[in-house]
Amino acid sequence: MSAVTDNRALFGKLATVAVIMFGFGYALVPLYEKICEVTGVNRVEQADALPANTQADTSRWLSVEFDANVGRGLPWSFKPVETSLNIHPGQLAQVTYEVANHSDRPIAGQAIPSYGPAYAARFFKKLECFCFTQQVLQPGEVRRMPVVFVIDPELPKDIGTVTLSYTFFVVEGATRDAAGV
Amino acid sequence: MEAVHHLDHGHEHHPAGIMRWVTTTNHKDIGTLYLWFSFAMFMVGGVMALVIRAELFQPGLQIVQPEFFNQMTTLHGLIMVFGAIMPAFVGFANWQIPMMIGAPDMAFPRMNNWSFWLLPPAALLLVISLFVPGGAAAAGWTLYPPLTVQMGMGMDLTIFAVHILGMSSIMGSINIVTTVLNLRAPGMTLMKMPLFVWTWLITAYLLIAVMPVLAGAVTMTLTDRHFGTHFFNAAGGGDPVLFQHIFWFFGHPEVYIIILPGFGVVSQIIPAFSRKPLFGYASMVYATASIAILSFIVWAHHMYTVGMPVAGQLFFMFATMLIAVPTGVKVFNWLATMWKGSLTFEAPMLFALGFIFLFTTGGLTGIVLSIVPLDVQVHDTYYVVAHFHYTMVAGALFSAFGAVYFWLPKWTGKMYDEKLGKLHFWLSFIFFNLTFFVQHFLGLAGMPRRIPDYALQFAEFNAISSVGAFGFGLTQLLFFYIVLKCIRSGEKAPARPWEGADTLEWTLPSPAPYHSFETPPVVK
Repeated sequence: MSAVTDNRALFGKLATVAVIMFGFGYALVPLYEKICEVTGVNRVEQADALPANTQADTSRWLSVEFDANVGRGLPWSFKPVETSLNIHPGQLAQVTYEVANHSDRPIAGQAIPSYGPAYAARFFKKLECFCFTQQVLQPGEVRRMPVVFVIDPELPKDIGTVTLSYTFFVVEGATRDAAGV
Repeated sequence: MEAVHHLDHGHEHHPAGIMRWVTTTNHKDIGTLYLWFSFAMFMVGGVMALVIRAELFQPGLQIVQPEFFNQMTTLHGLIMVFGAIMPAFVGFANWQIPMMIGAPDMAFPRMNNWSFWLLPPAALLLVISLFVPGGAAAAGWTLYPPLTVQMGMGMDLTIFAVHILGMSSIMGSINIVTTVLNLRAPGMTLMKMPLFVWTWLITAYLLIAVMPVLAGAVTMTLTDRHFGTHFFNAAGGGDPVLFQHIFWFFGHPEVYIIILPGFGVVSQIIPAFSRKPLFGYASMVYATASIAILSFIVWAHHMYTVGMPVAGQLFFMFATMLIAVPTGVKVFNWLATMWKGSLTFEAPMLFALGFIFLFTTGGLTGIVLSIVPLDVQVHDTYYVVAHFHYTMVAGALFSAFGAVYFWLPKWTGKMYDEKLGKLHFWLSFIFFNLTFFVQHFLGLAGMPRRIPDYALQFAEFNAISSVGAFGFGLTQLLFFYIVLKCIRSGEKAPARPWEGADTLEWTLPSPAPYHSFETPPVVK
């Protein structure tokens, strides 16, 4: 009967659309990453370019505070060596963070930065940071890691304090590789 | 037309008792199953809503702990959307579409059986998840990471439930599209189809396009949880905001999936009780299609506050406002249909009018929310809760009640009690507004949603809202009684109980015979 073949043909087409749309959901992942890359949103793991104006604005003082957190299920301790700095906008500064693995196995972690106020993020230029790569810590290992940054002098005048906060998260896949499993 | 049972027909020898319902491939049986299932889930989700409102009756924590409160808000949303509203409209589609286009049954009767019987296991998974260690999913119905990546096994059960519900919806939709495109009676051209059929055709296409995207999103959550992927895990280079984009790419069309069949129902009821043909039929069809197409490019208005570029916010703001145009076309067409009509106000008409009035209110707050600077202020407050309950409850649910009263005589062969039906409407209308209208004020004053406790200045409006919610809940027991009374002792209904109703199903006797239109009618 032709009606039955018609129905089956349409079923095939519609089911194909459903399968394609399932794939489309996954295709949104690279698409999203590309859009973020092109528009410059969400660049966590790359060094920033120096600000156009590198002249330190010695007429202004900024308080930069440093914060450190450890995500769930990561047996590490993590803290900034200096908790705050007073600098001029445009002045190159370096601080050190200290991280230690208290477990008896190698673990891979990734630090994710965030900023307070969030608006300050675009003016916070990190030239060197341990957050650009994953950190694999051996059992009992203690590591001191630098962050080199400049705060763009374009930072609006009403911001007097900027907080840089990192959270270390465990990276399961890399941890398994590090353990050689 | 009284010859209901052709004994020589193989399909008539169906098993009796429970197995009749388990093995049935009849579109009317399956429609009935969908509707009862939907009502059961409506009660379950309703009880959860009442737990939420009981806790919010007073400030402070009285009845439940915050963890359980979060589980209630999550399950209430999931169960009402996927368990109550969507199956209700699939139930109407099953009953009505074949009768309205003059087809003998759905195109794939066995798959139809599967579409329904996938639902109870999915619902069971959601309910069981309350009793596993860690409790049910508590991240809100939108299932945002990172919470969903951290939760206990209740989350896995929810993910599987969503998978199963998605499969059921996709199968049901393929069935509907095939039925509508291939099984129409001779002469029933696309542009002669009743609007309910049109809205379902478009809805079914939307479902086929976006349910797989939701399936993908929850699959990514599942692999993030157990298989070391990092789609949404910032540590591995993923991004929780990505989930919101994928989810709302599904979620916004989903909103129209819920409301479009309601538009269809109202477009059947209003002409019938105005005794005039629908005003602007073709524009209604095109408006429905435009709403469906636009629904794909507005998703990020649910997430203005994630930190997207201003250009993005502006695009989604204007695209969202654009949807008011086809929606306005619909509302004005309904009003024009009633203009100079001979109106009567039976229960279906009352619910349709309540729908137009309250849904438009919800649409108006939707326009307000589409404005970026304003949305940033009321994001995640009770203003949003009020907005979407005006569209989901007073919109989708009221149109579903209207549909039940409208077609109940055709399904059961008996009339419901008109007085009680009207009482059901007025009580629902009053208690609904009592519950949700005050939530606009709460939201504008800054009360956040999904939180079990609140500051003292919100106490009065919350008390009013809770009283309204309990009134609304109890009123729905009256609805249950009205339907039971109609089935048991309703007066005999004529084939066409509504004077102005002119679609094909009313040419069949009431109750509609088990097999209808085995010989297709000819539509002129």
